[in-house]
Amino acid sequence: MKARHKRFLWIGAGVALLAISATLVLNAFNDNLVFFQTPSDVVDGKVPKGRNFRIGGMVEKGSVQRAPDGLTVHFVITDTVKSIPVTYKGALPDLFKDGKGAVAQGKLDADGSFIASEVLAKHDENYMPPEAKAAVDKAREAARTMRR
Amino acid sequence: MNLFKFSSPQTFYSLAGKLAPAFGVIAAVLAAIGLYISFFVAPTDAVQGEVYRIIFIHVPAAWMSMVIYLAMAFWSAIGLGLGTRVSFYMSKALAPTGALFCFLALWTGALWGRPTWGTYWAWDARMTSQLLLLFLYFGHIALTNAIEDARRADKAGAIIALVGAVNIPVIYFSVKWWNTLHQGSSINLTKISVVNTMLIGMLIMALAAWAYSIAVALVRVRSIILERERRTEWAGVEIAAQGGRA
Repeated sequence: MKARHKRFLWIGAGVALLAISATLVLNAFNDNLVFFQTPSDVVDGKVPKGRNFRIGGMVEKGSVQRAPDGLTVHFVITDTVKSIPVTYKGALPDLFKDGKGAVAQGKLDADGSFIASEVLAKHDENYMPPEAKAAVDKAREAARTMRR
Repeated sequence: MNLFKFSSPQTFYSLAGKLAPAFGVIAAVLAAIGLYISFFVAPTDAVQGEVYRIIFIHVPAAWMSMVIYLAMAFWSAIGLGLGTRVSFYMSKALAPTGALFCFLALWTGALWGRPTWGTYWAWDARMTSQLLLLFLYFGHIALTNAIEDARRADKAGAIIALVGAVNIPVIYFSVKWWNTLHQGSSINLTKISVVNTMLIGMLIMALAAWAYSIAVALVRVRSIILERERRTEWAGVEIAAQGGRA
């Protein structure tokens, strides 16, 4: 084996070792690397009690209710399996809509509802013009009525 | 063709001198076409409105910041393995451009995040690992400049580049591995979630970023070669011809 082959072998082994250790570390910290917990995590009791955390999922269709004071908003966050009611007082981002993703930061109340201090809208990876979106929505609606 | 021929600093110096202007022109033309498509041809996004147009800068910049780091790691491995000085010069020449694109990606992302998410910054896995990449670039630049002995500086920089390369798959797959505020990738090998003209604009801008990066890296590597090879006869002649002193 030539000296330069040996050197490349060492470099390759070094990088491989590093990649393995990085994988192990990231695996170990897996739970701390998520940006938010899902409603299922909350129901399963995987969230810290009495501490702030983030909850993320879809805003349930038709669940957004604005209180008469114009600031307080009630909505339900769902991962389609479990749902958590959320109360938030403050301005919402423009992209916050029912049926869309959102992430709320705050605490669980004694009665199991979530009191948010901050609400972020989560955008998805789809980019399209309004006409295309209308077509997609229409197709999806048609598919739904057919299934029924 | 014998590729090792180009590991000679002198040969590579003249090759880079020939290629750099060509890539510069390609970059300018592609950027002009790309920006035109981005701002005048691509349609408005249904949900985000006009603010989405930041992707034409943001996505190519983010891609480039990762690709350049991988290129630095590649040249570093070649340099350590073969002992070719020019490989280290290439790695060093790429670093500032990588840092620039990394900063651009973070900056445009923040400007986009405020109106869409409602925040400039969140410590999610994607953004945090991208910020780490910026610090790796700064670390590489600082370290290679801080060590007096040029050959030792090369080796130290190469090790940072190789070690830091582990971060690249973490950045790329972060949106898959963990739930993040940042959305998943709109374009990958299995699925494309952007409409045609948007995609074309983005790809042309990405190619422009590639051409720009190659052009500036080649210009930069030429001055690094002259600086490091100044004691050799040919470099002395070249420096004198350019009106400098070796």
